Amino acid sequence: MAETTVTHVGQTEPRPAGWQGIAADWSSDQRAFKNVSWGKAMMWIFLLSDTFIFGCFLLSYMTARISTRVPWPNPSEVFALRIGGSDIPLILIAIMTFVLISSSGTMAMAVNFGYRRDRRKTAILMLLTAALGATFVGMQAFEWTKLISEGVRPWGNPWGAVQFGSSFFMITGFHGTHVTIGVIFLIIVARKVWRGDYDTERRGFFTSRKGHYESVEIMGLYWHFVDLVWVFIFAFFYLW
Amino acid sequence: MAEATANGLGQHALHAGHEHEAPAAAAHADVHQEHPIKLYLVVWAWLFVLSACSYMVDYFGLHGYLRWSLILIFMILKAGLIVAFFMHMAWERLALAYAIILPPVLVLVFVAMMVFEADYTLFTRLTFFGAGP
Repeated sequence: MAETTVTHVGQTEPRPAGWQGIAADWSSDQRAFKNVSWGKAMMWIFLLSDTFIFGCFLLSYMTARISTRVPWPNPSEVFALRIGGSDIPLILIAIMTFVLISSSGTMAMAVNFGYRRDRRKTAILMLLTAALGATFVGMQAFEWTKLISEGVRPWGNPWGAVQFGSSFFMITGFHGTHVTIGVIFLIIVARKVWRGDYDTERRGFFTSRKGHYESVEIMGLYWHFVDLVWVFIFAFFYLW
Repeated sequence: MAEATANGLGQHALHAGHEHEAPAAAAHADVHQEHPIKLYLVVWAWLFVLSACSYMVDYFGLHGYLRWSLILIFMILKAGLIVAFFMHMAWERLALAYAIILPPVLVLVFVAMMVFEADYTLFTRLTFFGAGP
């Protein structure tokens, strides 16, 4: 437990032989991230691995777009909406961007009120975040429906390079899945905040560890990451 | 913002003396990451402005290197604001910040490799299948 005493190099304690020794070594209290709890560190490492997943998706999209001989469909026109008799380019995507950024803002404030132990404001802001996230997914469903009705398929579309459809459905589909999972977990954590689980240190359903308000911040990390990925998708897929 | 930095080196030195880790961690969580709400509102407003700017790039139909550089600048600024302030990376210890932020940067090597590869694919397609669709 006293972490400062075991970090000296060369000082080895007697340990059991075989697998028990391996387990003892790996479970001993050696921490790289001194003041970061295991939950937060693990969320960051998960987000790092997720970064690589989305990085590979965007890379495959880049490779497809560079290597095709056929012109890439112009996203500005593909995602335009006819409002009031004129085509406004990319307007739905712009609104989705603002909705997701707003949800990030409410989430950041929820984390803040969580640490101030203001249960009511925290839960309300988290539910607001979930509502904005659900709105985002709804708009994405509308966008998919519109494109599918216009004939966009993973293997082709009316405007140009066939890879457009597969890239679009894969990238936005995975992002939308992340948002949906985020909304579900936001509602779960908001319920726990509302019920006062983090004040009474009630044990969680999954890890059966005592809950702290840091769970709200860890939830927030995931949610901000979803927003972060959208920043890159917006830049590379919709604007480029 | 300086007074909000609850997890500096001094904080850790304080905690290192504790016999049991768990209560220290719990106490730590309470003093952790408390910043004025105004900070979040300011970052939020900036994200709105930057998003509006990147939308304007498309709305006014800028193209070529001007378009691409503006898109990248706004994207990096937005990503930086989210990671630094919303995700509190600005107040985390460097050990964590470097462990999380450096690896994705190395993806740029992968990007360079795939640009070469894709250019080569395009070259062979144009050479052997002609320029037309």
